[in-house]
Amino acid sequence: MTQWSGYFGLILQGALVTIELTLMGSVLALVMAFLAGLGRLSRFFVLRALATAYIEFFRGTSIFVQLFWAYFVLPFAGISLTPLQAGVLALGLNVGAYAAEVVRGAIKSIGREQYEACTALNLGRWQAMRHIILPQALLVMLPTFGNNAIELLKATAVVSLISLADLTFQAQVVRSQTGNTLVPFSTILVIYFALALLISWGVRSLERRMARGLDGVRV
Amino acid sequence: MSAPIIKIDGISKSFGTFKVLDGLSMQVMPGEKLALIGPSGSGKTTILRILMTLERIDSGHIQVDGEQLYHMERNGRLLTADERHLAKMRQKIGMVFQLFNLFPHKCVIDNVTLAPMLTKGVPRAAAEKRAMELLDMVGMVDKAKAMPAQLSGGQKQRVAIARALALSPKIMLFDEVTSALDPELVDEVLNVMRKLAAETDMTMLLVTHEMGFAHDFADRVLFFDRGRIVEEGKPDEIFRHPKQERTQGFLKKIIAAGHRV
Repeated sequence: MTQWSGYFGLILQGALVTIELTLMGSVLALVMAFLAGLGRLSRFFVLRALATAYIEFFRGTSIFVQLFWAYFVLPFAGISLTPLQAGVLALGLNVGAYAAEVVRGAIKSIGREQYEACTALNLGRWQAMRHIILPQALLVMLPTFGNNAIELLKATAVVSLISLADLTFQAQVVRSQTGNTLVPFSTILVIYFALALLISWGVRSLERRMARGLDGVRV
Repeated sequence: MSAPIIKIDGISKSFGTFKVLDGLSMQVMPGEKLALIGPSGSGKTTILRILMTLERIDSGHIQVDGEQLYHMERNGRLLTADERHLAKMRQKIGMVFQLFNLFPHKCVIDNVTLAPMLTKGVPRAAAEKRAMELLDMVGMVDKAKAMPAQLSGGQKQRVAIARALALSPKIMLFDEVTSALDPELVDEVLNVMRKLAAETDMTMLLVTHEMGFAHDFADRVLFFDRGRIVEEGKPDEIFRHPKQERTQGFLKKIIAAGHRV
């Protein structure tokens, strides 16, 4: 029994690493999503091209390969990252590429009449985007952002391949030390699922809060 | 006689192969209340949208308040207007839309204060004071903190009018502002516009299917068909004694459809 509690301790440490990766990766993904999403809608060809190249590249290549690049190849260019930094970078850039399309789609979904009202009120492009379009588009983005965050959480498992001690890595450790697969992998299955539920719940309550007043019923 | 506040000179506009406006010229005097009537597709709404810079013209010139709308003079040459020139010109013009176009995520008073604060740098307190005066004028003070979704169509449109007025434009454009309303809500909006016409010397251009209102409200009525002005005159002349066959036909159809004249 004492032996198992030690192993659970290991797995809990792994859970903290996974949570840390998910949070930091999500922040980077969010930043990239808005940069690239807005970039794709830019008037300027160069910005559009850069954003498109980023999105297509990071959606079109495997996160596994991206992670290995960040950790094993970048040092040749003189950039050495810790496993955590490499993990956050790969996860954030990868999921950010998907989320950029969410940003773009949500902005496109706001009706022409809102833009026309902005023109009639003489708001500048950026003022209209910042005060009128984005606040409404954010509500459209949220549910899909929730999906993206859960995808990111599950993708964190790949960092065990660059020996970062996340949930999956620790489960492997426990498995190799005890020869038992069922217990550690059932445990991390439950933890991943619980974390995903937490994200769903968080995004849903955020969505409810932001939608308040918009449908004329909940105020 | 003062100079016209709007001078439209031979403008044309096509959507694809459809020519909406075909060499149209017209003038509007300061303070004039103008009603634009005619069948759908005749180009009357397009004129308002062009004046609000929501559509560009293919050719011709427009002068608003003594300045070119789509051109700017630089060293004696006429250049296509840039965004800064357009922004300056837009200060003179306000517009109310058929579908209100309120900002659904902002409460009534924020809808009204937003543009003055952002575009003119009016401090919040002053913007809110002015907004409350305008909301009072349109009878919406008690809904200042309500969200647009909680309002009826007529209420939304009255807020939209207050919102446009908050920027103190010299010219107001009303694009079928009662067409999307339930019949019993039409009058509350028209009453606000009557009041506005009586209390201000704003120039007002009105595209409408409310012939009775156009008759009472307008100083001059323009009948449009196929991108041209077919007939124009005082409301009595147009509505009681239309000279052109197309005007007569249009009014007959409108009356048959149950509109008041």
